[in-house]
Amino acid sequence: MPKQLKLGAQGLALACVAGLLSLLIWKLAHQPHVPKGSAPNFTLPRLDSSGKLQLASLRGRAVVLNFWASWCVPCKGEAPLFEAAWKQWRKRGVVVVGVDSQDFTGDARRFANAYGITYPLVHDGAGKTKDSYGVTGFPETFFVNRKGRLVGHIPGALAKDDAGQLNQGIQKALES
Amino acid sequence: MRALLLAVLVALLALAAAAPALASERHPTLAELESEIICPTCHTSLDQSDSPIALRIKNFISARIAAGDTKSQIKSKLVAQFGEGVLAEPPKHGFGLLAWILPIAGIIGGAVVVGLLAWRWSRWRGPAVAPAGAPLGPELDRRVDEELARFD
Repeated sequence: MPKQLKLGAQGLALACVAGLLSLLIWKLAHQPHVPKGSAPNFTLPRLDSSGKLQLASLRGRAVVLNFWASWCVPCKGEAPLFEAAWKQWRKRGVVVVGVDSQDFTGDARRFANAYGITYPLVHDGAGKTKDSYGVTGFPETFFVNRKGRLVGHIPGALAKDDAGQLNQGIQKALES
Repeated sequence: MRALLLAVLVALLALAAAAPALASERHPTLAELESEIICPTCHTSLDQSDSPIALRIKNFISARIAAGDTKSQIKSKLVAQFGEGVLAEPPKHGFGLLAWILPIAGIIGGAVVVGLLAWRWSRWRGPAVAPAGAPLGPELDRRVDEELARFD
């Protein structure tokens, strides 16, 4: 094989290996992980009304972000807790936002009706917002303070007697 | 006349090849869509998943097939709900287009390289060798004689 052709083939092989290595590094760097500091902003379509909701527009209020899906069994158990918290804390500047991920909008609305949810609901069909928060399963809950910083995280379902844990998170979001 | 016959033959072949695709588009089956749709939570095709959302999507597809939707309509409705990541094959625009172009470019590039190599090798005549019996130069002739004289 002529020397130039051989060198070209070797260069091409090296470029292929470098490309594959870059893809591997990129993939590892983009693994979902729970963020620290500022809560990742999002703009998502609302399920409970028309229009969109942007997290940044809630700056100045404490926000409880609950990631859920209608097909998630534990989400059914904790939905009444979030509704109760919304009713209890909304006058003190707390907003509960339900982020329905990887779900049919019709199913999500039926779920909301069945469980009497009145707090704002948004649809994250592709799950990009879920990924930006490093959510790996449903449900998960985050607490955002008035400055838009993440101050708490509950990676799992809340049971009926976990209202104290939820209130503690809200209190922290209000005071920090 | 021969050209006309050839054109008709090509058209018939193209039609025969397109007919199954058209039938699949108009009357899709659950089985073929299960292999073309990705479960959003487990990232495998629907036919390999029994997760709650995969089962829900399978039910949705069955209902849409029964309602008479085409394959494209069903896929569009799923993309509207779950984004383009729900499709097993990458989109034919933007960054996804690379996934379509690169393999074809690779095949063409490989074929060109193989063709070039084959062409070069077919013209390869081996290393140049001095023909046997070619006369040596007078200086070299003299030195060979001297060396041989030593053995006498």
